Amino acid sequence: MEAKVAARPVVRVQMPVPPEATEGMLPAAERELKMTARDVNVWYGEKQALFDVSLDIFDRSVTALIGPSGCGKSTFLRALDRMNDVIEGCRMTGEITLDGEDIYSPEVDPVQLRARVGMVFQKPNPFPKSIFENVAYGPRIHGLAGSKAELEEIVIKSLTRAGLFEEVKDRLNESGTGLSGGQQQRLCIARAISVNPEVLLMDEPCSALDPIATARIEALMEELKESLCIVIVTHSMQQAARVSQRTAFFHLGKLVEVDDTVRMFTNPADTRTQDYVTGRFG
Amino acid sequence: MMDKQHEHIVRSYEEELELLNNKIAKMGGLAEQVLGQSIDALERRDPELAASTINEDEAIDALEREIEEQAVVMIARRQPMAYDLRQIMAALRIAGDLERIGDLGKNIAKRAVAVVSEQQPKQLMLGLKHMGELALAQLKEVLDAFIERDADRALKVWYKDEEIDAMYNSLFRELLTYMMEDPRNIGLCTHLLFGAKNIERIGDHATNIAETVYYLVHGAAITDQRPKGDTTSSTPVPLKRSAG
Repeated sequence: MEAKVAARPVVRVQMPVPPEATEGMLPAAERELKMTARDVNVWYGEKQALFDVSLDIFDRSVTALIGPSGCGKSTFLRALDRMNDVIEGCRMTGEITLDGEDIYSPEVDPVQLRARVGMVFQKPNPFPKSIFENVAYGPRIHGLAGSKAELEEIVIKSLTRAGLFEEVKDRLNESGTGLSGGQQQRLCIARAISVNPEVLLMDEPCSALDPIATARIEALMEELKESLCIVIVTHSMQQAARVSQRTAFFHLGKLVEVDDTVRMFTNPADTRTQDYVTGRFG
Repeated sequence: MMDKQHEHIVRSYEEELELLNNKIAKMGGLAEQVLGQSIDALERRDPELAASTINEDEAIDALEREIEEQAVVMIARRQPMAYDLRQIMAALRIAGDLERIGDLGKNIAKRAVAVVSEQQPKQLMLGLKHMGELALAQLKEVLDAFIERDADRALKVWYKDEEIDAMYNSLFRELLTYMMEDPRNIGLCTHLLFGAKNIERIGDHATNIAETVYYLVHGAAITDQRPKGDTTSSTPVPLKRSAG
């Protein structure tokens, strides 16, 4: 039954955002494009998962992708480092660039691409090896260390950047799987950043963690975004509000709205975004 | 007094709370300045000081808007809980009170301009000045209590407001007497009466802030009844001059 409710005029007041509140937000002039997506469509077999998604992703900032389950946000994230390539029946049209270069061009080696675009998954997935080896693996296969000392330096630096070194420095040879969930996730972040990626993709990195471990990861993201481009998929709108400077809202495979995070959570332009962030979706 | 809080794991959250605190402190400093100068301007009959005081109120208003906006953004982005939530609510409320104090101070400065050419009875001016000084001391004290998160200090301010009320009562009576003595005094006395009322209102806002500080620290409202000293609203005015 169609509800007969007269459309209520939406009065839109542009709220000026104070400069301090946008701390970490990038002024328009300083926005440096890192990745772009243009008219991206993705199909899993017959089913279309993404419809004409175009999105700019800026360097040295956190971009959050939010939306209800099945909205295509994870599909979009995986398209950014060609993780969809390995899924059978997955097809894509459109263009995704990294520093202006098409990452789907035949010249691009997906393995090299994934060194530049790192990924952290929902469930911490350390290798069943020592803490040291977990972090050393990437730099070793990519030939980043010329000597054992250099490799050690990279491992220590990565663990330090991931905020884990102090906690594990006395047991680098113990298994990574013996750490707590939050520590494992930080180990995975250390592993991802050990190969000096330019972009870090995070697929619900905190959904298996308690609030304190979550806060640690969020603090870490704040540090890392000073030098990295971070894209995070999160089910938690609150997390998106906390950690990101830009937020993109996906719904039914379409990008509904993208804007500065403060604007998205205080005065979004689209009523669907408004309904989602206020918990009225239905 | 509240124990020292642990810092947030996310540093920027800590910085934002600190910024909010600093803005309240700055706003409080400006409100003190406006109040102090407006009373000086009135006492010294200094129209220039009055004019610059009137202008300073704008900075207070601007800070209030900034604090409101920052609070909204922090509620949206940080989802504050418990003590953090109270800090943000307290900042909003205190900013509102300080803005009113600024306005009332500005109003006193305006009256200082209005009465510049009038001959002022020393006795009355002295009373008004003392009242202003007491309100200023109350404001200073409550702002310190906020910065220190000291609920006991705030509570003392809360109780002490009675003194301002009592001074206002006696000034009210004195001004009435002057007006009855000579109708030519009415213009000046009305301005001074409004000035005194403004100071009395400033005292009330200081007690509001004291209540907010108490709430911030303890998470509960002050339950005690505040002694009310302002009885002028129920003081009968003799319509006819009594003979003699």
